[in-house]
Amino acid sequence: MGLVTPSGGLLFWMVVIFGVVFFLLAKFGFPVITSMVRKRKDFITTSLQEAQQARAQAEGAEETCRKMIEEARQQQNQLLEQARESARQAIEEAKAQASAQAAELLVKARADIEQEKREALAQLQNVVAGLSVAVSEKILRDTLSDDKAQADYVEKVVEEFRRKDTN
Amino acid sequence: MKRFLLIFVCAFVCFGAKAEEGFDMGEYLFGHIGDSYEWHITSIAGHEISIPLPCIVWGETNGPAVFLSSRLEGGEKYRGYYIPDEGDNAGKIVEDAPDGTQVCPIDISITKNVAALMISAAILLWLILACSRWYRRHDVTHEAPTGVAALLEPVIVMIDDEVIKDSIGPGYEKYSPYLLTAFFFILINNLMGIIPFFPGGANVTGNIAVTMALALFTFIAVNLFGSKHYFKDIFWPDVPLFLKAIPIMPVIEIIGMFTKPLSLMIRLFANILAGHVLILSVVALVFISATLGPVLFGSMSLVAVLFGIFMDCLELLVAFIQAYVFTMLSAVFIGLAHPQVAETER
Repeated sequence: MGLVTPSGGLLFWMVVIFGVVFFLLAKFGFPVITSMVRKRKDFITTSLQEAQQARAQAEGAEETCRKMIEEARQQQNQLLEQARESARQAIEEAKAQASAQAAELLVKARADIEQEKREALAQLQNVVAGLSVAVSEKILRDTLSDDKAQADYVEKVVEEFRRKDTN
Repeated sequence: MKRFLLIFVCAFVCFGAKAEEGFDMGEYLFGHIGDSYEWHITSIAGHEISIPLPCIVWGETNGPAVFLSSRLEGGEKYRGYYIPDEGDNAGKIVEDAPDGTQVCPIDISITKNVAALMISAAILLWLILACSRWYRRHDVTHEAPTGVAALLEPVIVMIDDEVIKDSIGPGYEKYSPYLLTAFFFILINNLMGIIPFFPGGANVTGNIAVTMALALFTFIAVNLFGSKHYFKDIFWPDVPLFLKAIPIMPVIEIIGMFTKPLSLMIRLFANILAGHVLILSVVALVFISATLGPVLFGSMSLVAVLFGIFMDCLELLVAFIQAYVFTMLSAVFIGLAHPQVAETER
């Protein structure tokens, strides 16, 4: 059998065998495989797209979450600031009130002391005047006979005063 | 590189055939790359061991006959049919016409190549149908392929996507079953051809009848679904009128219709045949150097084995490349004749 002259029998069988193989594979083989592979490819593509969308959504949610946290923190800071401010104000007010009250009290006390002093001085003047009048009355009423009597008398008068005084 | 090696080997073959009486290089080579009625396996102590294959012939004189090739062994006649050793019909089944001349009957015997084709076809059918069965029984969106499907899917996807789709363009789905079948058919026959023993070893895709049938299918696929533009380009191309009035261009175009599949046929045939010849020749070094003394015999055998390993690896690559090239060029030819491509080009 020549190398380059095709033999009819082999050609015939080749056509038959290849034809049968082609028919079977084209009917039951390759279309199934390629369509399934295509189906999976589409599935993978859509899955990837969905995953991307989900990721985008998750990122959006994260963003809003972060914003909310940021806002809450700002609010917290504001509140803290306000509270600190109001506390300081309260302390200031209390201090001012206290010092004003203290000053008032001081003024009052000073006035009281002044009053007392004045009253005491007036009393003392009265007492000293009365005492001097009484002493001089006694001295004048008594006849001063002798030194001894004089002395006794003074003593007696002083004693009287003292008694009077203690009473 | 390949041509150079081929020349080198041919020179070696001539030298070897002359120098060595006990070893007939020509018979050895043609016995391995040619077709035969029985499947020769080996010979042990002068006794030939081969698988007889059915012969189916229909001669004018002796009528139809179906018998095993073992009946014709050693030049014996069976119902008027025999295989002559020499002459124009050496190695073919012939019958004697009433006027005494040798006549070839209609011969559709299951020869070695036909048997090898059937085995390859069975393996291919089993592989691809097992793969498609996996896809039928499993949900592709939830499971990764396993077994045969995992083995074949990447190859199928590669050929379908990168070769067929890229070459044909939109509407390629119609042609992809044929091209995939051609690819796997050629690939599996190439690979089976590299296996040196039964059920491989037949030079199937290196036989011109096989590649001719494949090229014929491609020719049909190209021309059967050719677009209007494709045929207009052949019979009335856009060239100056004087090139069409005397039909120079149409003639060239019509020749081109046939040279395309012809180139496919010759390319696959020549490449696979050359690969087989190369490997066989390298192996033949062992037999040729057998009478040249122990030193030469040993060193040549070593070289032959090492070079044989290299050639086998190379042929594995060639087996894939040739299947790939055949598929790609078929796809390109189909793509050129494809309606949608023709429309987008204009």
